[in-house]
Amino acid sequence: MMHIPTWRRVMIWLVCLAGLVFAAPNLFYERVETANDARALIESGRSDAEIEAQAALWPEWLPSGLVNLGLDLRGGAHLLAEVQVEEVYAARMDGLWPELRDTLAAERDTLGFVTREEGDPSELRVRISNADQIDRALELARGLARPVTSLTGAGATDIDVRAQGAELVVTLSEAERLATDDRTVRQALEIVRRRIDEVGTREPTIQRQGEDRILIEVPGVGSAEEVKDIIGTTAQLTFQPVVSRTGDAEEAPGPNNEILPSLDEQGVYYILERAPVVTGEELVDAQPAFDQNGRPAVNFRFNPSGARAFGDYTAENIGSPFAIVLDQEVISAPVIQSHIPGGSGIITGNFTVEESTQLAVLLRAGALPAGLTFLEERTIGPELGADSIEAGKLAAMVGAGLVIALMIASYGIFGVFATVALTFNMVLIFAALSMLGATLTLPGIAGIVLTVGMAVDANVLVYERIREELKTARGPARAIDLGYEKALSAILDGNVTTLITAAILFMVGSGPVRGFAVTLGLGILTSVFTAIFVTRLLIVMWFERRRPKTIEV
Amino acid sequence: MRLRIVPENTKIDFFRAARITFGASIVAMVLSIAAFFALGLNFGIDFQGGTTIRTEAEQPVDVGAYREAIAPLGLGDVVITEVFDPSFGDDRNVASVRIQAQEGAESVTAETISAVQGALSEVDPSITFPSVESVGPKVSGELIQSAVYAVLGSLAAILFYIWLRFEWQFAIGAIAALVHDVVVTIGLFAVLQIKFDLAIIAALLTIVGYSINDTVVVFDRARENLRKYKTMPLRDLLNLSANETLSRTVMTSGTTLLALLALLVLGGDVIRGFVFAIFWGIIIGTYSSIYVAKNIVLMLGVKRDWDKKDPKAGTQFADIDA
Repeated sequence: MMHIPTWRRVMIWLVCLAGLVFAAPNLFYERVETANDARALIESGRSDAEIEAQAALWPEWLPSGLVNLGLDLRGGAHLLAEVQVEEVYAARMDGLWPELRDTLAAERDTLGFVTREEGDPSELRVRISNADQIDRALELARGLARPVTSLTGAGATDIDVRAQGAELVVTLSEAERLATDDRTVRQALEIVRRRIDEVGTREPTIQRQGEDRILIEVPGVGSAEEVKDIIGTTAQLTFQPVVSRTGDAEEAPGPNNEILPSLDEQGVYYILERAPVVTGEELVDAQPAFDQNGRPAVNFRFNPSGARAFGDYTAENIGSPFAIVLDQEVISAPVIQSHIPGGSGIITGNFTVEESTQLAVLLRAGALPAGLTFLEERTIGPELGADSIEAGKLAAMVGAGLVIALMIASYGIFGVFATVALTFNMVLIFAALSMLGATLTLPGIAGIVLTVGMAVDANVLVYERIREELKTARGPARAIDLGYEKALSAILDGNVTTLITAAILFMVGSGPVRGFAVTLGLGILTSVFTAIFVTRLLIVMWFERRRPKTIEV
Repeated sequence: MRLRIVPENTKIDFFRAARITFGASIVAMVLSIAAFFALGLNFGIDFQGGTTIRTEAEQPVDVGAYREAIAPLGLGDVVITEVFDPSFGDDRNVASVRIQAQEGAESVTAETISAVQGALSEVDPSITFPSVESVGPKVSGELIQSAVYAVLGSLAAILFYIWLRFEWQFAIGAIAALVHDVVVTIGLFAVLQIKFDLAIIAALLTIVGYSINDTVVVFDRARENLRKYKTMPLRDLLNLSANETLSRTVMTSGTTLLALLALLVLGGDVIRGFVFAIFWGIIIGTYSSIYVAKNIVLMLGVKRDWDKKDPKAGTQFADIDA
């Protein structure tokens, strides 16, 4: 009858013990956090006496997983950014133009002159003067198409070419767009991550969301603006030859040139050759520095191929100016004084120290492949989070106290068993959260409090059933057994449906709501475990010891 | 001496006032739908786009002065509400400033936010801004969509599960109770104009989860009694099942409400709306599992000939026209 095999008893106690061990670090939250941070530092190669001392605050052989606190509890910035993937199309078209021009120019005798027409930046429009030869031009242009390198786009080529009168219109094919979008977002994600790591805050969350979005959560920063300053800048650096300098923004730049404003000087514009000599992609390092006059500047170094291109260009163009362009603005346009062979240089401008430091960070981390638009920004101050934690803790304790009082008043010793189970339930939730590295949010705390209320439900179901069975069954042992047996289907059905809603919440929700789904879901699992196994084991152990003739539930 | 909230062996006839309770539920639902369309919900920025700035100051909040300070900025609709919480002392005066989504911008720009903050600082130099949240119209549109999917999806999943585990009449009864709970809760939020945001959707789903839990316990007992008392009229049988589980129903609702009450009073103002929704939902969910779900089952009737082999055996689909 009321027999629970020894192995199962051992298993139940082991689970509870494991719960205690894994939940324990949360009781010493700050201490463990300091130790964990120190250990991360040591692992990354930095270490000194202080860090060693911090690492020793928590013994290494103990579990050190902590419940992550969500932004609403810890404070920090949350941003949702959309990558402007279309920007890359334009860059691709610009890149394709010289190749197409050369190919078509090779048959100038039949095709005539080749000129690029202005239009939608995601298209490349090319006019040939012998309109009747458009078919030949089409054939040549299509010859430039390459197969798409992606799993889904197998068999497709990267560009679509069509003729429109005497014009060729080149666009990226659908398959290539998809592949490009994916690549762009992944690159952007990587760059964002590098930039935030450069600034060095703890445990940022940077994840891709959907097709073209990036979710960024940085705990501990004062405002979302700070994060935006770091990740919102594209930081595309180019070195372009200067054609002329002008005060008229509307001046026609001429073919293959572009007109860009100066960063510091109001109303000054530069006409530049569109094709850059070198780009920021070829930088290997950038550091904040000061120029000879003691003004903040940025030192940079190119990789070998960049150094060669830069060296060759400076050797050939001594005496003429070249422009340093950042995100379509001319930072400065110095005159080349001499051949610069070493591949290193300095960018000067009207920087403050902060600006030069930040520019160096951006250049080191690399340019974003496309701009970001921010769809959602949230800043939560750390004090607000701390208040919420305090309020949540207090509420959880008072709530648990009230529930325990009601349970003991209603069910006596059985209420005590339920209380023990409830305690283990809490412990197991925290252990699971710590082990999964899940995030606890403010609604998550509400989820735990709700679980406190609902966790006793399974016990109540069983106890009420035992009460009923006591009226008819032969003896208390049988009644307890029957109580568990018959209450089981109600417990399972009730909890499966709640689990379904928790799962759906987890799938659709984001941030705090997801945190709620996690604690609610875990709470259901642990409460079923504690009600079915822990309370039952407690009752059986008590029963074996006392052997009561009658029981009162 | 044990505390007994519900006396043993109750014999309450839950169907005696069926007309009144069922009628009241229908009236409440109709009124809720009317309130939803007439008053509308007080959508938070999650669903509407815009910016919420939380302010905290030592001086008492002067909503008029705040409004005057912000008005010259020409930001359109600005809603300023004072926030109260028992844990705030005299020197903590909190307000929430909501600015509508600005034309053409995805999220409210940094300039706008700092302009508002600057204007408010002039009213009260001690003012601080513990949180600033801004959601663009693009995201808020999607959030509404996913919220609606979440609620409908969970209803469908539960309908399916109950249908698998019980007869289809029970599934209909359970879903009717859930729809009732959700609709009446939305109606209450429309009437009270409490901020309706993503967290409230989470609360709605929790209500759905809790209410179904409650309903399932009664149904589970009804299923058992259907096998036990083969000839008892359905009305008596459902009453018996409800009475047998009444003690449990009250006990569980009681413990859950106690825990939530603590959170409602002590949990801080940030989640009060959310906790309030769940608190209300537990009450309405308990009511609906006793007075709505069972009524529907009684109206639909349940096939009782368990032992006879059903000629159309195997599928519950066949039962629909039975």
